[in-house]
Amino acid sequence: MPSLIDFRRRIRSVKNTQQITKAMKMVSAAKLRRAQEAVLAARPFANMLGQMLGNVARAAAGSDAVKELPLLQQRESVKKAVMVVISADRGLAGAFNSNVNRGAQKFMQEQAGVTFEIESIGKKGRDYFRRRAFSISGDHQNFSRKPVYADVAAVAAKVSQRYAAGEVDAVYVAYNEFKSVMTQRLQVEQVLPVPLAESADTTEYIYEQPAEVLLASLLPRYVEVELWRSVLESTASEHAARMTAMDAASRNASEVIERVTLQMNRVRQASITREIIEVVSGASALK
Amino acid sequence: MAGTFELEVATPDRLLVREQVTDAEAPGRNGYLGILPDHAPLLTELAPGILTYTTAGGKRSVVVGGGWMEVLPTGVRVLATVAENPNEIDLKRAEAALDRAERRLKESGEMDIPRALAAAERARARVAAAAQFGR
Repeated sequence: MPSLIDFRRRIRSVKNTQQITKAMKMVSAAKLRRAQEAVLAARPFANMLGQMLGNVARAAAGSDAVKELPLLQQRESVKKAVMVVISADRGLAGAFNSNVNRGAQKFMQEQAGVTFEIESIGKKGRDYFRRRAFSISGDHQNFSRKPVYADVAAVAAKVSQRYAAGEVDAVYVAYNEFKSVMTQRLQVEQVLPVPLAESADTTEYIYEQPAEVLLASLLPRYVEVELWRSVLESTASEHAARMTAMDAASRNASEVIERVTLQMNRVRQASITREIIEVVSGASALK
Repeated sequence: MAGTFELEVATPDRLLVREQVTDAEAPGRNGYLGILPDHAPLLTELAPGILTYTTAGGKRSVVVGGGWMEVLPTGVRVLATVAENPNEIDLKRAEAALDRAERRLKESGEMDIPRALAAAERARARVAAAAQFGR
Protein backbone atom coordinates (compact mmCIF):
# COMPACT_ATOMS: atom_id res chain seq x y z
CA MET A 1 0.00 0.00 0.00
CA PRO A 2 1.59 3.31 -1.03
CA SER A 3 1.74 5.88 1.71
CA LEU A 4 0.24 9.36 1.63
CA ILE A 5 3.62 10.84 0.81
CA ASP A 6 3.95 8.63 -2.27
CA PHE A 7 0.61 9.86 -3.52
CA ARG A 8 1.55 13.50 -2.98
CA ARG A 9 4.78 12.99 -4.87
CA ARG A 10 2.97 11.38 -7.77
CA ILE A 11 0.46 14.22 -7.97
CA ARG A 12 3.20 16.80 -7.93
CA SER A 13 5.10 15.06 -10.70
CA VAL A 14 2.02 14.80 -12.90
CA LYS A 15 1.27 18.46 -12.28
CA ASN A 16 4.74 19.42 -13.40
CA THR A 17 4.35 17.43 -16.58
CA GLN A 18 1.00 19.04 -17.16
CA GLN A 19 2.50 22.48 -16.90
CA ILE A 20 4.99 21.61 -19.59
CA THR A 21 2.39 20.15 -21.92
CA LYS A 22 0.17 23.18 -21.37
CA ALA A 23 3.02 25.54 -22.20
CA MET A 24 3.92 23.56 -25.31
CA LYS A 25 0.32 23.66 -26.42
CA MET A 26 0.24 27.43 -26.05
CA VAL A 27 3.49 27.90 -27.95
CA SER A 28 2.29 25.65 -30.75
CA ALA A 29 -0.98 27.54 -30.95
CA ALA A 30 0.88 30.81 -31.46
CA LYS A 31 3.22 29.31 -34.04
CA LEU A 32 0.34 27.59 -35.75
CA ARG A 33 -1.41 30.86 -36.42
CA ARG A 34 1.60 32.28 -38.22
CA ALA A 35 2.28 29.06 -40.12
CA GLN A 36 -1.35 28.82 -41.14
CA GLU A 37 -1.33 32.34 -42.54
CA ALA A 38 1.85 31.58 -44.45
CA VAL A 39 0.46 28.47 -46.08
CA LEU A 40 -2.83 30.11 -47.00
CA ALA A 41 -0.93 33.01 -48.56
CA ALA A 42 1.32 30.67 -50.53
CA ARG A 43 -1.41 28.54 -52.06
CA PRO A 44 -2.70 30.98 -54.72
CA PHE A 45 0.72 31.42 -56.32
CA ALA A 46 1.35 27.67 -56.41
CA ASN A 47 -2.05 26.98 -57.93
CA MET A 48 -1.78 29.73 -60.50
CA LEU A 49 1.71 28.68 -61.49
CA GLY A 50 0.57 25.08 -61.93
CA GLN A 51 -2.30 26.19 -64.15
CA MET A 52 -0.16 28.54 -66.18
CA LEU A 53 2.40 25.82 -66.70
CA GLY A 54 -0.30 23.39 -67.79
CA ASN A 55 -1.73 25.93 -70.24
CA VAL A 56 1.61 26.69 -71.85
CA ALA A 57 2.70 23.08 -72.01
CA ARG A 58 -0.57 22.03 -73.65
CA ALA A 59 -0.56 24.91 -76.08
CA ALA A 60 3.02 24.15 -77.09
CA ALA A 61 2.88 20.36 -76.82
CA GLY A 62 3.64 19.80 -80.51
CA SER A 63 6.92 21.63 -80.59
CA ASP A 64 10.14 19.63 -80.59
CA ALA A 65 11.97 22.29 -78.62
CA VAL A 66 9.47 21.80 -75.79
CA LYS A 67 9.92 18.03 -75.79
CA GLU A 68 13.64 18.58 -75.35
CA LEU A 69 13.20 20.38 -72.03
CA PRO A 70 14.88 18.19 -69.43
CA LEU A 71 12.37 18.76 -66.63
CA LEU A 72 9.44 17.61 -68.77
CA GLN A 73 11.00 14.46 -70.19
CA GLN A 74 9.35 11.25 -69.15
CA ARG A 75 11.84 8.43 -68.72
CA GLU A 76 10.79 5.12 -70.24
CA SER A 77 11.69 3.08 -67.19
CA VAL A 78 12.09 4.51 -63.74
CA LYS A 79 14.96 2.79 -61.96
CA LYS A 80 16.18 5.38 -59.52
CA ALA A 81 14.10 8.00 -57.78
CA VAL A 82 14.39 10.57 -55.04
CA MET A 83 11.87 10.85 -52.25
CA VAL A 84 11.83 14.20 -50.53
CA VAL A 85 10.48 13.50 -47.05
CA ILE A 86 9.32 16.53 -45.11
CA SER A 87 9.12 15.82 -41.39
CA ALA A 88 9.67 17.77 -38.19
CA ASP A 89 12.94 18.35 -36.38
CA ARG A 90 11.36 17.54 -33.07
CA GLY A 91 8.98 14.97 -31.70
CA LEU A 92 6.02 15.23 -29.33
CA ALA A 93 3.68 16.01 -32.17
CA GLY A 94 1.39 13.00 -32.03
CA ALA A 95 1.36 10.88 -35.15
CA PHE A 96 2.84 13.66 -37.28
CA ASN A 97 6.29 12.21 -37.93
CA SER A 98 5.42 8.53 -38.04
CA ASN A 99 2.58 9.39 -40.39
CA VAL A 100 4.81 10.91 -43.05
CA ASN A 101 7.65 8.43 -42.54
CA ARG A 102 5.47 5.34 -42.77
CA GLY A 103 3.50 6.77 -45.65
CA ALA A 104 6.65 7.50 -47.61
CA GLN A 105 8.04 4.05 -46.86
CA LYS A 106 4.81 2.35 -47.93
CA PHE A 107 4.75 4.33 -51.16
CA MET A 108 8.35 3.39 -51.92
CA GLN A 109 7.68 -0.30 -51.30
CA GLU A 110 4.76 -0.19 -53.70
CA GLN A 111 6.98 1.03 -56.55
CA ALA A 112 8.46 -2.28 -57.56
CA GLY A 113 11.90 -2.20 -59.14
CA VAL A 114 12.65 1.39 -58.19
CA THR A 115 15.60 2.24 -55.99
CA PHE A 116 14.87 5.24 -53.81
CA GLU A 117 17.14 7.77 -52.23
CA ILE A 118 15.92 9.94 -49.41
CA GLU A 119 16.32 13.71 -49.51
CA SER A 120 15.27 14.53 -46.01
CA ILE A 121 13.92 17.83 -44.77
CA GLY A 122 13.58 17.52 -41.01
CA LYS A 123 15.52 15.49 -38.50
CA LYS A 124 12.89 12.91 -37.66
CA GLY A 125 12.60 11.68 -41.22
CA ARG A 126 16.34 11.34 -41.54
CA ASP A 127 16.58 9.37 -38.30
CA TYR A 128 13.77 7.05 -39.34
CA PHE A 129 15.20 6.19 -42.74
CA ARG A 130 18.75 5.97 -41.52
CA ARG A 131 17.72 3.34 -38.99
CA ARG A 132 16.12 1.39 -41.83
CA ALA A 133 19.27 1.62 -43.94
CA PHE A 134 17.87 3.69 -46.78
CA SER A 135 20.40 5.65 -48.74
CA ILE A 136 20.15 9.32 -47.86
CA SER A 137 21.28 11.79 -50.48
CA GLY A 138 20.65 14.91 -48.48
CA ASP A 139 19.76 16.04 -44.99
CA HIS A 140 18.28 19.46 -44.27
CA GLN A 141 17.27 20.71 -40.86
CA ASN A 142 15.81 23.73 -39.16
CA PHE A 143 13.41 24.51 -42.02
CA SER A 144 10.24 24.45 -39.99
CA ARG A 145 11.25 26.98 -37.36
CA LYS A 146 11.05 29.79 -39.86
CA PRO A 147 10.87 28.55 -43.45
CA VAL A 148 13.17 30.48 -45.78
CA TYR A 149 12.46 30.40 -49.50
CA ALA A 150 16.13 30.34 -50.48
CA ASP A 151 16.77 27.17 -48.42
CA VAL A 152 13.93 25.34 -50.11
CA ALA A 153 14.98 26.66 -53.52
CA ALA A 154 18.43 25.14 -52.96
CA VAL A 155 16.89 21.71 -52.39
CA ALA A 156 14.74 22.18 -55.49
CA ALA A 157 17.78 23.15 -57.55
CA LYS A 158 19.62 20.08 -56.34
CA VAL A 159 16.93 17.56 -57.25
CA SER A 160 16.20 19.33 -60.56
CA GLN A 161 19.84 19.22 -61.49
CA ARG A 162 20.11 15.53 -60.61
CA TYR A 163 17.02 14.80 -62.66
CA ALA A 164 18.24 16.79 -65.65
CA ALA A 165 21.60 15.04 -65.48
CA GLY A 166 19.87 11.67 -65.63
CA GLU A 167 21.09 10.54 -62.21
CA VAL A 168 17.51 9.90 -61.15
CA ASP A 169 14.38 9.19 -63.15
CA ALA A 170 11.73 10.66 -60.88
CA VAL A 171 11.34 12.87 -57.83
CA TYR A 172 8.54 12.59 -55.30
CA VAL A 173 7.68 14.56 -52.20
CA ALA A 174 5.95 13.23 -49.07
CA TYR A 175 4.47 15.68 -46.57
CA ASN A 176 1.53 16.29 -44.30
CA GLU A 177 -1.00 18.52 -45.98
CA PHE A 178 -2.66 21.06 -43.73
CA LYS A 179 -6.41 20.47 -44.02
CA SER A 180 -7.47 22.03 -40.75
CA VAL A 181 -6.25 22.19 -37.18
CA MET A 182 -7.79 18.79 -36.50
CA THR A 183 -6.85 17.03 -39.73
CA GLN A 184 -3.59 16.74 -41.57
CA ARG A 185 -3.43 14.37 -44.48
CA LEU A 186 -0.43 12.56 -45.86
CA GLN A 187 0.36 13.48 -49.44
CA VAL A 188 2.82 11.80 -51.76
CA GLU A 189 3.18 13.75 -54.98
CA GLN A 190 5.29 13.50 -58.07
CA VAL A 191 7.46 16.57 -58.59
CA LEU A 192 9.60 15.47 -61.53
CA PRO A 193 8.96 14.90 -64.34
CA VAL A 194 6.56 17.80 -63.89
CA PRO A 195 3.04 16.39 -64.00
CA LEU A 196 0.76 18.41 -66.24
CA ALA A 197 -2.88 18.83 -65.39
CA GLU A 198 -5.16 17.28 -68.00
CA SER A 199 -7.63 19.60 -69.60
CA ALA A 200 -9.46 19.51 -72.90
CA ASP A 201 -9.43 23.18 -73.80
CA THR A 202 -6.25 24.68 -75.12
CA THR A 203 -5.95 28.41 -75.51
CA GLU A 204 -4.10 29.89 -78.44
CA TYR A 205 -1.68 32.34 -76.92
CA ILE A 206 0.24 35.23 -78.29
CA TYR A 207 3.77 34.53 -77.11
CA GLU A 208 6.02 37.43 -76.35
CA GLN A 209 8.80 34.88 -76.00
CA PRO A 210 8.91 31.42 -77.61
CA ALA A 211 7.03 28.81 -75.57
CA GLU A 212 10.16 26.80 -74.85
CA VAL A 213 11.89 29.87 -73.42
CA LEU A 214 8.92 30.54 -71.16
CA LEU A 215 8.78 26.92 -70.07
CA ALA A 216 12.50 26.80 -69.43
CA SER A 217 12.11 29.59 -66.88
CA LEU A 218 8.76 28.41 -65.49
CA LEU A 219 9.70 24.79 -64.82
CA PRO A 220 12.51 25.28 -62.29
CA ARG A 221 10.37 27.85 -60.54
CA TYR A 222 7.51 25.37 -60.42
CA VAL A 223 9.67 22.76 -58.68
CA GLU A 224 10.77 25.37 -56.14
CA VAL A 225 7.26 26.54 -55.45
CA GLU A 226 5.90 22.99 -55.11
CA LEU A 227 8.53 22.19 -52.49
CA TRP A 228 8.06 25.57 -50.82
CA ARG A 229 4.33 25.01 -50.49
CA SER A 230 4.93 21.48 -49.19
CA VAL A 231 7.30 22.79 -46.54
CA LEU A 232 4.77 25.41 -45.44
CA GLU A 233 1.96 22.84 -45.38
CA SER A 234 4.14 20.57 -43.31
CA THR A 235 5.10 23.35 -40.90
CA ALA A 236 1.49 24.30 -40.29
CA SER A 237 0.57 20.63 -39.88
CA GLU A 238 3.40 20.10 -37.42
CA HIS A 239 2.23 22.87 -35.13
CA ALA A 240 -1.39 21.78 -35.43
CA ALA A 241 -0.47 18.16 -34.64
CA ARG A 242 1.65 19.20 -31.68
CA MET A 243 -1.06 21.45 -30.35
CA THR A 244 -3.64 18.67 -30.53
CA ALA A 245 -1.26 16.16 -28.97
CA MET A 246 -0.33 18.49 -26.13
CA ASP A 247 -3.96 19.32 -25.51
CA ALA A 248 -4.73 15.61 -25.18
CA ALA A 249 -1.73 15.17 -22.88
CA SER A 250 -2.85 18.04 -20.63
CA ARG A 251 -6.33 16.59 -20.39
CA ASN A 252 -4.97 13.16 -19.64
CA ALA A 253 -2.81 14.63 -16.87
CA SER A 254 -5.92 16.19 -15.29
CA GLU A 255 -7.59 12.79 -15.31
CA VAL A 256 -4.59 11.13 -13.70
CA ILE A 257 -4.47 13.81 -10.99
CA GLU A 258 -8.15 13.31 -10.27
CA ARG A 259 -7.79 9.55 -10.00
CA VAL A 260 -4.72 9.64 -7.78
CA THR A 261 -6.31 12.27 -5.53
CA LEU A 262 -9.30 10.00 -5.04
CA GLN A 263 -7.06 7.08 -4.14
CA MET A 264 -5.09 9.24 -1.78
CA ASN A 265 -8.23 10.38 0.03
CA ARG A 266 -9.43 6.80 0.33
CA VAL A 267 -6.12 5.72 1.90
CA ARG A 268 -6.19 8.67 4.29
CA GLN A 269 -9.76 7.90 5.31
CA ALA A 270 -8.83 4.25 5.89
CA SER A 271 -6.00 5.19 8.20
CA ILE A 272 -8.22 7.61 10.16
CA THR A 273 -10.85 4.91 10.54
CA ARG A 274 -8.22 2.47 11.75
CA GLU A 275 -6.95 4.92 14.34
CA ILE A 276 -10.45 5.56 15.66
CA ILE A 277 -11.02 1.82 16.00
CA GLU A 278 -7.77 1.53 17.91
CA VAL A 279 -8.74 4.34 20.26
CA VAL A 280 -12.23 2.96 20.81
CA SER A 281 -11.06 -0.58 21.41
CA GLY A 282 -8.29 0.65 23.70
CA ALA A 283 -10.83 2.61 25.74
CA SER A 284 -13.22 -0.31 26.01
CA ALA A 285 -10.39 -2.61 27.16
CA LEU A 286 -9.84 -0.29 30.15
CA LYS A 287 -13.41 -0.65 31.36
CA MET B 1 -17.11 50.06 -73.32
CA ALA B 2 -16.15 46.60 -72.28
CA GLY B 3 -15.89 47.37 -68.58
CA THR B 4 -13.46 45.62 -66.32
CA PHE B 5 -11.38 42.49 -65.89
CA GLU B 6 -9.87 40.77 -62.91
CA LEU B 7 -6.21 41.38 -62.12
CA GLU B 8 -4.38 39.03 -59.78
CA VAL B 9 -0.84 39.58 -58.62
CA ALA B 10 0.70 36.78 -56.58
CA THR B 11 4.15 36.11 -55.17
CA PRO B 12 5.33 32.84 -53.59
CA ASP B 13 4.41 34.13 -50.16
CA ARG B 14 1.26 36.15 -50.70
CA LEU B 15 -1.55 37.25 -52.96
CA LEU B 16 -0.90 40.96 -53.37
CA VAL B 17 -3.71 42.11 -55.64
CA ARG B 18 -7.06 40.65 -56.62
CA GLU B 19 -9.20 43.43 -58.04
CA GLN B 20 -11.46 44.45 -60.87
CA VAL B 21 -9.52 46.86 -63.05
CA THR B 22 -10.21 48.78 -66.26
CA ASP B 23 -6.67 48.70 -67.55
CA ALA B 24 -3.19 47.55 -66.62
CA GLU B 25 0.32 48.24 -67.81
CA ALA B 26 3.00 45.66 -67.17
CA PRO B 27 6.79 45.62 -67.61
CA GLY B 28 7.16 42.86 -70.22
CA ARG B 29 10.57 41.42 -70.97
CA ASN B 30 10.40 43.12 -74.38
CA GLY B 31 9.02 46.42 -73.11
CA TYR B 32 5.97 47.70 -71.28
CA LEU B 33 2.63 46.49 -72.53
CA GLY B 34 -0.83 47.81 -71.83
CA ILE B 35 -3.79 45.49 -71.28
CA LEU B 36 -7.40 46.52 -71.79
CA PRO B 37 -10.49 44.36 -71.26
CA ASP B 38 -10.97 41.56 -73.83
CA HIS B 39 -7.32 41.38 -74.70
CA ALA B 40 -6.32 38.28 -76.66
CA PRO B 41 -4.72 35.48 -74.60
CA LEU B 42 -1.08 36.32 -74.12
CA LEU B 43 1.90 35.00 -72.24
CA THR B 44 5.03 36.88 -71.40
CA GLU B 45 7.91 36.97 -69.08
CA LEU B 46 8.07 40.13 -66.98
CA ALA B 47 11.13 42.22 -66.32
CA PRO B 48 11.66 44.06 -63.04
CA GLY B 49 9.56 47.22 -63.21
CA ILE B 50 6.38 48.95 -62.21
CA LEU B 51 2.97 47.46 -62.83
CA THR B 52 0.24 50.11 -62.93
CA TYR B 53 -3.49 49.52 -63.07
CA THR B 54 -6.70 51.49 -62.73
CA THR B 55 -9.43 50.46 -60.34
CA ALA B 56 -12.69 52.18 -59.51
CA GLY B 57 -10.72 53.90 -56.76
CA GLY B 58 -8.08 55.36 -59.07
CA LYS B 59 -4.64 54.52 -60.36
CA ARG B 60 -2.49 52.11 -58.36
CA SER B 61 0.87 50.50 -58.81
CA VAL B 62 3.05 47.72 -57.51
CA VAL B 63 6.70 47.01 -58.08
CA VAL B 64 7.44 43.58 -59.51
CA GLY B 65 10.88 42.01 -59.50
CA GLY B 66 10.34 39.91 -62.59
CA GLY B 67 7.97 37.02 -63.19
CA TRP B 68 5.33 36.02 -65.70
CA MET B 69 2.04 37.38 -66.91
CA GLU B 70 -0.79 35.40 -68.40
CA VAL B 71 -3.68 37.18 -70.07
CA LEU B 72 -6.75 34.95 -70.20
CA PRO B 73 -10.31 35.63 -71.34
CA THR B 74 -11.28 35.55 -67.66
CA GLY B 75 -8.63 37.98 -66.42
CA VAL B 76 -4.98 38.73 -66.01
CA ARG B 77 -2.63 36.83 -63.75
CA VAL B 78 0.73 38.12 -62.74
CA LEU B 79 3.07 35.69 -61.05
CA ALA B 80 5.89 37.75 -59.65
CA THR B 81 9.01 36.40 -58.03
CA VAL B 82 8.89 39.45 -55.76
CA ALA B 83 6.31 42.23 -55.58
CA GLU B 84 5.71 45.12 -53.25
CA ASN B 85 3.41 48.06 -52.80
CA PRO B 86 5.36 51.28 -53.34
CA ASN B 87 4.81 52.35 -49.73
CA GLU B 88 6.50 49.15 -48.52
CA ILE B 89 9.76 49.96 -50.23
CA ASP B 90 12.68 50.82 -48.06
CA LEU B 91 14.24 53.54 -50.24
CA LYS B 92 17.55 53.55 -48.39
CA ARG B 93 17.90 49.80 -48.71
CA ALA B 94 16.98 49.88 -52.39
CA GLU B 95 19.49 52.63 -53.07
CA ALA B 96 22.17 50.75 -51.21
CA ALA B 97 21.38 47.60 -53.19
CA LEU B 98 21.56 49.53 -56.45
CA ASP B 99 24.87 51.01 -55.44
CA ARG B 100 26.27 47.62 -54.51
CA ALA B 101 25.08 46.02 -57.73
CA GLU B 102 26.56 48.77 -59.89
CA ARG B 103 29.88 48.59 -58.11
CA ARG B 104 29.98 44.83 -58.63
CA LEU B 105 29.28 45.29 -62.32
CA LYS B 106 32.18 47.70 -62.63
CA GLU B 107 34.58 45.44 -60.79
CA SER B 108 33.12 42.40 -62.58
CA GLY B 109 36.00 39.93 -62.48
CA GLU B 110 34.86 36.71 -60.88
CA MET B 111 31.38 38.09 -60.14
CA ASP B 112 28.28 36.47 -61.49
CA ILE B 113 27.38 39.06 -64.13
CA PRO B 114 23.80 38.00 -64.93
CA ARG B 115 23.00 37.90 -61.26
CA ALA B 116 24.45 41.35 -60.59
CA LEU B 117 22.61 42.71 -63.63
CA ALA B 118 19.32 41.29 -62.39
CA ALA B 119 19.94 42.72 -58.93
CA ALA B 120 20.68 46.14 -60.39
CA GLU B 121 17.53 45.97 -62.47
CA ARG B 122 15.40 45.08 -59.47
CA ALA B 123 16.93 47.80 -57.32
CA ARG B 124 16.43 50.38 -60.08
CA ALA B 125 12.73 49.48 -60.33
CA ARG B 126 12.32 49.86 -56.59
CA VAL B 127 14.08 53.21 -56.47
CA ALA B 128 12.05 54.49 -59.42
CA ALA B 129 8.79 53.40 -57.84
CA ALA B 130 9.65 54.94 -54.51
CA ALA B 131 10.62 58.19 -56.21
CA GLN B 132 7.49 58.26 -58.33
CA PHE B 133 4.92 57.42 -55.69
CA GLY B 134 6.53 58.91 -52.63
CA ARG B 135 6.14 57.45 -49.23
